[in-house]
Amino acid sequence: MTNEIDPLKRDWLARIEAAADLPALEAERVAALGKQGEISALLKTLGAMTPEQRQTEGPKIHALREAVTEAIAARKAALEAAELERRLATERVDMTLPVDAGAQGSVHPVSQVMDELAEIFADMGFAVATGPEIEDDWHNFTALNIPESHPARAMHDTFYFEQRDQAGHRMLLRTHTSPVQIRTMQGQKPPIYIIAPGRTYRSDSDATHTPMFHQVEGLVIDKGITMAHLKWTLETFLKAYFEREDIVLRLRPSYFPFTEPSAEVDVGYHLKDGRRVLGGTDHWMELLGSGMVHPRVIEACGLDPAEWQGFAFGCGIDRLAMLKYGMDDLRAFFDGDSRWLKHYGFSALDVPTLSGGVGA
Amino acid sequence: MKFTLSWLKDHLDTEADLDTVVATLTAIGLEVEGVENAAEKLKPFTIAEVLTASPHPQADKLQVLTVDAGTGETIQVVCGAANARAGLKGVFGAPGAYVPGSDLTLKVAAIRGVESRGMMCSIRELELGDEHEGIIDLPADAPVGVNYAEWAGLDDPVIDVSVTPNRQDAMGVRGIARDLAAAGLGTLKPLAVAPIEGPAPAPEIVIEDEAGCPAYFGQNVDGVTNGPAPAWMQRRLRAIGQRPISALVDITNYIMIDVGRPLHVYDRAKVRGRTIVRRARPGETFLALNGKTYTLDETMTSIADETHTHDIGGIMGGEDSGVAEDTRDVLIECAYFEPEHVALTGQKLGLTSDARQRFERGVDPAFLEDGLAMATRMVVELCGGTPSPVTRAGSPPVEPRFVDYDPIRAERLGGLAVPAERQAETLEKLGFSVDRSGESWRIEVPSWRRDVIGSADIVEEVLRIEGLDKLPSTPLPRAPGVARPTATPAQLIERKARRAAAARGLNEAVTWSFISEAEAEPFGGSAWVLANPISEELKVMRPSLLPGLLAAARRNLARGAETVRLFEVGRRYLGDKEHPTIGILLAGDKPRHWRRSGGRGFDAFDVKAEALAILAEAGAPVGNLQVLGDAAGVYHPGQSGRLGLGPKMILAEFGALHPRILKAFDLDGGAVAAELFLDAIPAKRASGHMRPAYAPPALQPVRRDFAFLVPADLAGGDLVRAVRGADKAAIVTAELFDVFTGQGVPEGRKSLAIEVVLQPTEKSFTDEDLKAISDRIVAAAAKLGATLRA
Repeated sequence: MTNEIDPLKRDWLARIEAAADLPALEAERVAALGKQGEISALLKTLGAMTPEQRQTEGPKIHALREAVTEAIAARKAALEAAELERRLATERVDMTLPVDAGAQGSVHPVSQVMDELAEIFADMGFAVATGPEIEDDWHNFTALNIPESHPARAMHDTFYFEQRDQAGHRMLLRTHTSPVQIRTMQGQKPPIYIIAPGRTYRSDSDATHTPMFHQVEGLVIDKGITMAHLKWTLETFLKAYFEREDIVLRLRPSYFPFTEPSAEVDVGYHLKDGRRVLGGTDHWMELLGSGMVHPRVIEACGLDPAEWQGFAFGCGIDRLAMLKYGMDDLRAFFDGDSRWLKHYGFSALDVPTLSGGVGA
Repeated sequence: MKFTLSWLKDHLDTEADLDTVVATLTAIGLEVEGVENAAEKLKPFTIAEVLTASPHPQADKLQVLTVDAGTGETIQVVCGAANARAGLKGVFGAPGAYVPGSDLTLKVAAIRGVESRGMMCSIRELELGDEHEGIIDLPADAPVGVNYAEWAGLDDPVIDVSVTPNRQDAMGVRGIARDLAAAGLGTLKPLAVAPIEGPAPAPEIVIEDEAGCPAYFGQNVDGVTNGPAPAWMQRRLRAIGQRPISALVDITNYIMIDVGRPLHVYDRAKVRGRTIVRRARPGETFLALNGKTYTLDETMTSIADETHTHDIGGIMGGEDSGVAEDTRDVLIECAYFEPEHVALTGQKLGLTSDARQRFERGVDPAFLEDGLAMATRMVVELCGGTPSPVTRAGSPPVEPRFVDYDPIRAERLGGLAVPAERQAETLEKLGFSVDRSGESWRIEVPSWRRDVIGSADIVEEVLRIEGLDKLPSTPLPRAPGVARPTATPAQLIERKARRAAAARGLNEAVTWSFISEAEAEPFGGSAWVLANPISEELKVMRPSLLPGLLAAARRNLARGAETVRLFEVGRRYLGDKEHPTIGILLAGDKPRHWRRSGGRGFDAFDVKAEALAILAEAGAPVGNLQVLGDAAGVYHPGQSGRLGLGPKMILAEFGALHPRILKAFDLDGGAVAAELFLDAIPAKRASGHMRPAYAPPALQPVRRDFAFLVPADLAGGDLVRAVRGADKAAIVTAELFDVFTGQGVPEGRKSLAIEVVLQPTEKSFTDEDLKAISDRIVAAAAKLGATLRA
């Protein structure tokens, strides 16, 4: 009996190994382990054996059954794996084919810079204020201490409309964002901390001027505000905006009808690969106009200049964008050329944040 | 305002060098725009004597010269000037010298076979004037070999200062010198003008227009000889870009630049009778010195004789009475014109002049006497003649003006602590008188500073002379804690909408706020037409964002772009107000892709998708939006709509553009567009950060599909809304997923398939529940003429 087990095992293992596919393997399983199977039959012989015989033959027959069961399972796994391989081979796709990436959208640099300004100034406690672009000459000039005959009015190259408002003031396109100062002071009680970015217009058109451009106005009206606060504010803003610590400002006495004292603000720059980079004191460029709000302007807005004082500043946004991001042609800002917009524009997710840095 | 360094030193006793002067000017608010020294570019040119001059063997008009330039050798020069002759002393440039007026660098050359080793130069070649008649002919005593520019006194840097409109005093060299003296660059030399009068008959002057001209001082000089001005005066005027004309004219120009006092000289032979200062007559024409004729009106001040106008007060004299070479008897005018009046007249006439620039800033009303004496004295000195007594008509506004000032203001407003003593010193140097006896100072403002009206102006004077570079940097007060949010709801809507659009692959453009009338017309025309547009293309304020985007799309396509996906966030300028808006424009072909088939053009659904997605991000309740008809006429009438919460709450318009518009904007392919009206998006109720309580339903939703046959013209959206409304408790969504016409669908009908999702809450739906809901859906649909498809 013992001698019969080993050949039997060899035989079955060979047959299992030889099963070519899952149905053939199943047939072998039935032949070996099925109700009528050979190994099942062998197991049944144990009942007729003497205890001694069972003691010796039992383990051998069980071992045979286990070996065959395991072999069938192993073969089954192998056949299934091979089958899967075959199927996967038929499912091959050229993965070098391009996906549809979707269109590349972009945020205009002017909008991006406005968001950056809002973020920086929010940290300094400034809100963003807005006002109409179609203004009246009282808000745009008179309230800003620019009377009708003032030479500065002529210097502004104003676009006019025929219409007048109810008070008889001539309507025009605002030549600067400064009328927002007036509207803000009229509309809310101090303390006032605002910036006012937006479109402005002057009838001027050449290589470096466009009849429409963007400015940002800053206004602080509070108690005890001095020109030294103005200097700090501009320094802090420019350092944050350009993300450089070596920004150096030079204040030069100047004249704006709506500030007194007034100062032009130059910022130092250096040349790198032929491009102007802000920082250092190699060269200077004019960047901002600023000053302490003129007592007459404060008065015109119904506030007492003996109680309230503060500063204002104005700066070209297009210029800020050009200096930070390296565009050199202002006219291209307003052309809507998709190629330019994709190159100089910003991803929707480039939201300026203080923790991530306001620059993108 | 240009002047030379030596001119400045006529008024300023200083040791300061050019660089210090220039740096100080800019530091005190007189921004230096440029410094130029003619001597710099004329360095290589020396005085030389022509030794011999003989005819050129090959050319009639040329001569061969030998020249002594003080180098110890004789230099051969070929010269074409007719005045070249032996013994002439002129200006020589050797090979290697750059000739500024001809923009060339000299080199040894053979001219018609004769070697020439340099050039004898003309006035124009050295950029010293326009004369080019011959080579420079210097006096016989000019020293050979000496640098010409130095010898000729040309080594005098010209400083160009930009004078701000408030600084009347800086429109003369003397005012600039006073500022520099205050800033510590030396001392202002005294200006003593002795009066001069003589026996000639005094002018008769009548002021009728006292408002325009409060004071007119005049003096006659008889028997003058109006030749050229002396060389020193010509040189200075030329250096600052003024063309010398004649002694009389040059004297008035010189005094205007020197002390900022404009004057005018009339040839009395060309004037009839009294000098009358009056308002111009409406329609009166006037031939000005610039050769142009101006039509005057009754608001303008005219200086006239008995017959007609000879001068527009404070702006420009007339051709009729201008002085000439043969002028013998003159009237010198030194008047005070009202600044605002001069400005308005100048603006009206579109006429600017050196005189206007000064009168409209305001000239020193206390300097009429001295200004006239300076002029008369100089005329008599340089042109001879006999002066008359001075006639003084009217009186200039010289009432003293005072400002009360507390010196602590320098620190409280200016931010810079300056000792009181020092402030007083600075102010006095600037011409202010400071009375320190009272509690606060009483400061008298000098007559030449009409811009100084209050204590803020005094602070500016102190600060600019002290130096803004000394200003400390003081942090603004800061509220404790983290910065507060500042954006308004409208700003947040705009920001989110912009970035949503960019995230959806749209490119943000910024286009002009003004467009042409023709472009505005199909959009209802513009309520705002510019009175003075820069061009017809940029004439009216846009009533819609689409014209700008259409024009941009056309430019893109013309440049070869395949796809244009633009948006703009900006304002529409309507009659009532300005409306924040987003415009979207899709044009051209969608890019090809191997996984996509079908047409490549954009359709109305493409832009509807963008509009809804952006509105959703902007916080609009898109789930409740209905598509309403009647989009504006610029859209395709059958492929467009309005998105609204009701007919009066329209949030957007979208659709394919009308072929008429496409044609008007030269867009051959189709284009689809939308405008989102950001100010129509209803404000969200402030509900804090807390969301409503929510627990995901424990039971699975049930999905049921319904296919309806409906009238072909039934709006799918109406059917979906009817279905969704059939059981508001159970139905959570109803989505239309198929539209079909064709086989099996009767003529005049279409098949719409809707998937309804039902959400059980407490317990699962029974078959009866489902049947009941289903019946309600079918009944609701039936009201719209829909029948369940078999």
